[in-house]
Formats: sequence, C-alpha cells, structure tokens
Amino acid sequence: MGGLIPAAYSDFVGSFDSTRLHVVTGKGGTGKSTVAAALALALASTGKQVLLCEVEGRQGIAQLFDVPPLPYQERHIAHGSGPDAGDVYALAIDAESALLEYLAMYYHLGRAGRALDRFGVIDFATTIAPGVRDVLLTGKVYEAAKRNSRNKGARHYDAVVLDAPPTGRITQFLGVNEELAGLAKVGPIKSQADSVANLLRSGGTAVHLVTVLEEMPVQETADGVEELRAAQLPVGAIIVNLVRAKTLDAAQRELLLTGSVPPAKIAKQLTKAGIESTPEMVNSLLAEGRFQAERRVLEDEQRAVVATLGQPTVELPLLPGGIDLAGLYELAADLREQAMA
Amino acid sequence: MARVTSPRVGPLAARPGVAANLDVDALIDDRDTRIVVCCGSGGVGKTTTAAALGLRAAERGRRVVVLTIDPARRLAQSMGIEALDNTPRPVPGVGEAEGGSLDAMMLDMKRTFDEVVESQASPEKAQQILNNPFYIAVSSSFAGTQEYMAMEKLGQLDKLARKSGAWDLIVVDTPPSRSALDFLDAPERLASFLDGRFMRLLLAPAKGGARFMTAGLGLMTGALTKIIGAQVLRDMQTFVSAFDTLFGGFRARAQRTFELLQAEGTAFLVVAAPEPDALREAAYFVERLTQERMPLAGLVINRVSTSPAGDLSAAAALAGAERLADSPSGALTAGLLRLHADRRRIVERETRLRERFATSHSGVRTVAVPALSTDVHDLDGLRTIGTLLAGD
Repeated sequence: MGGLIPAAYSDFVGSFDSTRLHVVTGKGGTGKSTVAAALALALASTGKQVLLCEVEGRQGIAQLFDVPPLPYQERHIAHGSGPDAGDVYALAIDAESALLEYLAMYYHLGRAGRALDRFGVIDFATTIAPGVRDVLLTGKVYEAAKRNSRNKGARHYDAVVLDAPPTGRITQFLGVNEELAGLAKVGPIKSQADSVANLLRSGGTAVHLVTVLEEMPVQETADGVEELRAAQLPVGAIIVNLVRAKTLDAAQRELLLTGSVPPAKIAKQLTKAGIESTPEMVNSLLAEGRFQAERRVLEDEQRAVVATLGQPTVELPLLPGGIDLAGLYELAADLREQAMA
Repeated sequence: MARVTSPRVGPLAARPGVAANLDVDALIDDRDTRIVVCCGSGGVGKTTTAAALGLRAAERGRRVVVLTIDPARRLAQSMGIEALDNTPRPVPGVGEAEGGSLDAMMLDMKRTFDEVVESQASPEKAQQILNNPFYIAVSSSFAGTQEYMAMEKLGQLDKLARKSGAWDLIVVDTPPSRSALDFLDAPERLASFLDGRFMRLLLAPAKGGARFMTAGLGLMTGALTKIIGAQVLRDMQTFVSAFDTLFGGFRARAQRTFELLQAEGTAFLVVAAPEPDALREAAYFVERLTQERMPLAGLVINRVSTSPAGDLSAAAALAGAERLADSPSGALTAGLLRLHADRRRIVERETRLRERFATSHSGVRTVAVPALSTDVHDLDGLRTIGTLLAGD
C-alpha cells in the first residue's frame, strides 16, 4: 500500500518509536477497535511485547481475533508477523474488577471487598461516583504501562494499546482528574488520578484519533483534537480509516462528473476485454464511476480539513471483503509502512 | 462487564432469510402511532433517520416534534435551525399545506435535570441541590444521565402533547451510548442508585440516625472514604439529604417512562449499518425489546450498497480489467471494471450479513436505505432520505 499518504498531510517519520501508551479513540462507526487491534499487531511485528486493552465491556477484541470472550486477565491472542515479531496480549478491563483488585492490593480488603460488593458499594462507587469509574479503568492501563523488569512475575510490555471510549468522551475519560479535583481533593483515588495524569502528559503517551472522510466524523475529530490540546493531552496521529481505493485519476473523474464519457466507447472497450456488454451494464458501470467520483470530491474536501489539523496523518484502505484476521494483518502492515510502528 | 446472553428470538432452523418489508409510511400515517423511538449503536445515522422520519411525517399531515441528542451542527442547520436547545423550535414552512408541522429540539441533559429538581423542590431547597458539587458532577457528566434525561424529556413531551395537543407524533433519537442497550438500562440503574438501599443508609447519619450506624455501614462508609475521599462522601450526604424530598420520585418516574415505552402507540425502530458490529448491536436490541414486550416496528439498515445492474461477477470484471491493462484507451473502462468488482464484493458481504440477521430474527420487518454519494445538508437531503426510508 505504498504511496497512500497524500502529499497534503504533514510529513512525519517514526515519531511514535518511544511511545509506550497508544490511546486509540474515534467516533462510533469509524472502526476504532479495528485500528487499535491493527496497531497492536503492527507494534508486535517490530519485535515489541504488546498489551491491547479494551474498557467498554463490548468484547470487541475477542470478536476481532475470533477468540472466546476475554476475562479480567491478560491473554495471549496473537503473534506479530515476521521472524523477530513479538506477541499481542489482550485484556478486557472492567471497573468492578479493577476496584476489587485495587482494594485487595492496597487495603488487603480481599474478603471485605467482596462483602462490599454484596451491599452494592462496588457498583455504587464505580457507577455513580463521578469519574471514579474512569480513574479505575485508566489506572489499570497505567499499571500495565508502567510495569518494568523490577516487577517480578508480572509480564512486561514494551507498548500498551488502549481501545478507548469514543471521541466525544475521550477528554473527559483521560482528563478525569479535572473532574475529580472539585470532588475528591484527597484520598487514594485522587493520587491514582494524579499518577495517571502524569503518565498521560508525559512524552510516552499518544492519543490517536480514528476518522473516516465524512463531514460529521471529521468535524468531531477536529473538535476532539482541540479539546485534547486544551486539556494538555498529547495528540498523536489522525488515522483516516475506510479510505476507498483511488482507482480513477483526476481526469477520468472529471469526465465522469461532467457526464462526457460516450457509452459506446465503454462498450467497445468491454468487448476488447472479452466481456459481452449490454447497454444496462455500461450504464451501471458509468453510474458507479460517477458515484465514486462524487464521493471522492467530498473525501478530498474532508482530507483538506484533516490536513489543517497539523497532526501526523495516515490512511487505511476500505477492505471490500470486510475485516477478518487476515485483514487485520494487512492493516497492520499498512500502519507499519506509514511509520506508525 | 460481560453481557448476559439472551435466548435467540428467531427460529431454530431456517434457510437464509429475506426480511419482510418495513412500511414506514404505514407506521407514520397511523394516527395511533404517537411515539417513534430510533435506537441503535453509535455512528449508524440514528439522528438523520429520526430527522428524516419526522420531516416525512410532518409533510404527510402529522404534527411532529423531533427530540435529538447531540446532533451535528449541520443537521440542525439542515432543519433551518441555527442552534437547537432544550425547547422545541418550529422548523419553518414544513407541512403547512398538509396540515402538519415539524418542531425540533436538542436534549440539554443538565438543563433537563435542573428542571426536574426545580419542579419538585421548593426554590430554596432546589438552589441548595443545584449548587452541590456532587449534583453538578452527576447532572453534567455521569454516564447514564443522558439516557435518563432523554427518557425524562420524552415523558415531559408526551404529557405536554396530550395536554396541549400541539403534537400528535414524537420522534426520539437515543444517545450515542457505549451499547444501544444502555438507553434501556441506564434510567433504571440511575434510579436504583439514587433511590436505593445504600443511598438510604448513607442518608441515615445525616438525619441524625447515628444509632443505625451498624458495623456493616461503618465498614462501607469507611471503605468509600478510602476510595473517594471524605469530602466527596460529605458532599454526597448533603446532596442525598437535600434530595430527600425527591426520593422515590426517581424510581417512579423511570418506571412511568418505561411503561410509556411499552404502551400501545409507541414504536421502536432499530437503526443499523450493514456492518457486523452494528448488526450485532441491533440483534441484542431486537432480542431485548422482545423480552421487555416493547413494540418493535422494524429495522432500518442505513448506507446499504446497491447492487450493480447485470450479472457481471467480480472475478469476470477483474479479468476484463487485466486484459485492458496494457491499453491506454482502455484505462477508464479498466478502472470502472475494478470499481464494479469492489462494489460486487461489498454487496456480497453486506447481503451475507443482512441474510444472517434476517434468518435469526425472521419476524423483523426491514428497510434498507441505500448509501448516498453526498452528505445530507438541508431539508431536501432529509426528504431524499425520507423517500428512501419509505422504500420509494
């Protein structure tokens, strides 16, 4: 997939080499989970040990990799492609388990923790107390990202990829300590929120935004970039997903848009190609061409908007056959070629 | 949080299915249809579907109000409204000739929550609640509040519609939740917390009922203090005691709205796109609606790729494109053949996904809305979508 990066986008080379935490967000329907999974594979193919996390309880990773639902436990799910490739582990984080683990770890509240659960306290703390849920989720990701060789027995990862909540909620999700500041001024949740904030604002984190070349998702991406910057969160790449094949060149598209392609000419070429053409077939081909050309005009408008965001940008193709495991590896290769890993 | 799998609604054995047609016009022309709820996962075009449906109904003589959640600015503008707020605003010049009308509004969840408080408490007490930091956080950012407030607003609109007769059809868009099911579950969840046993226990010390401070409660508040800090706990207690007058109210309100959703005259439209995730969410939703005895009108599949005319297969088209590879004069035709092959493969994949859904949910009436090459910007764009929804 060489040459996918349009000249309009700002050029960048391998600026995510030292990134340890990749946060992937995007509007619903843009394929952010697919991109997160492909990014994890791409990183693994460079020899890294990678942890892919999800926090929305959708079991999206399990579905993408075609494995049984993931527990609150790191599971090996894939091996990167290539001879020196690393592995991809996956973890589905839920706030309830994270809180119980947290209580057990810091307060030795093993049994008592479960008793609290019976009273609905765990549910309460993770559901209603504002921001606590998000701190617990990001806290677990933080723990995995900060692990190093000194943590005996715990697996050490070179990179963590987080399939994060959608763009509309991402700043609130990551900047949750702002939310808490007015509420929890002290206490362990506050200090956990602070540590998470430090990691997020350090050079080791990048928040990537996935979009498609349509007006609403691009607008939401622009808003998201602005909000992240305002919150001093590190914006990474814009990943433009589901990009249609650029089968027709500008001159051909112009001919189709102006309706100046004589059907007889297409019919003649079809005959040359060994295809028995009918007027209906020719019309259908021309209609398809015009549809693509019209779509492309809109896509180019949005591409220009994305270029003004001033972030490194990569593009991933729409795979006509849909996403399966092979498709994920294909997208991973595309990400690697475009210096995302 | 693992989702509890529910029993399949469909038949245990069946041939690949073709779904029965959903007749949208029959739905909106039926005067007994009073509420249409559009639900589905994020990014499938729910808001556009709701707006297009509302417009079409208005132009067929219904007096419609569309409740949207967080619409794109352009969509609000497309309805001739610069900015939507928490009050229904008329969309000028719609449906007058047919005796219909269209109003549109956007949910402001904080404003709606404030209004509930203001309507339930004395001005003094209301102010006390509105200023509480815990209340501010819950009302403006708590996940689930939006779903709860959408339901609250629907209840208000329905009441107003019955009283004033200003509207005879309410079209509701649902929040872009993590899961489509949140919209059904969140109100109950929020209500049960605000109303629940634990909150009541929490309330006891604030009421001076220290003698009820059992060891169990001490352990709980102790743990909570550790988790969220003493200040939050105090704010919460103040909030809860100030909210006391409204308590019971929340559960009852959620229950009433739930009943409104089950009522005759309500119709659910599940909106999806021809993608595995969106159709999976749609399947969960259809199953859940059936369990809850909620009236499911059908499934709208947006952005469906239309099948090209003729029977030229993807393989034959690609082979043809190959044959033209060396001829400059054949470049355009080769390109068109490649596009044709892509389109065929996309259509095949979408058809497979739709058939799978239709087979396992055979009773669900469905309409497929073809993808447009352009975005929707104005009323005409919404009209086009409306026409496609009606299957014309």
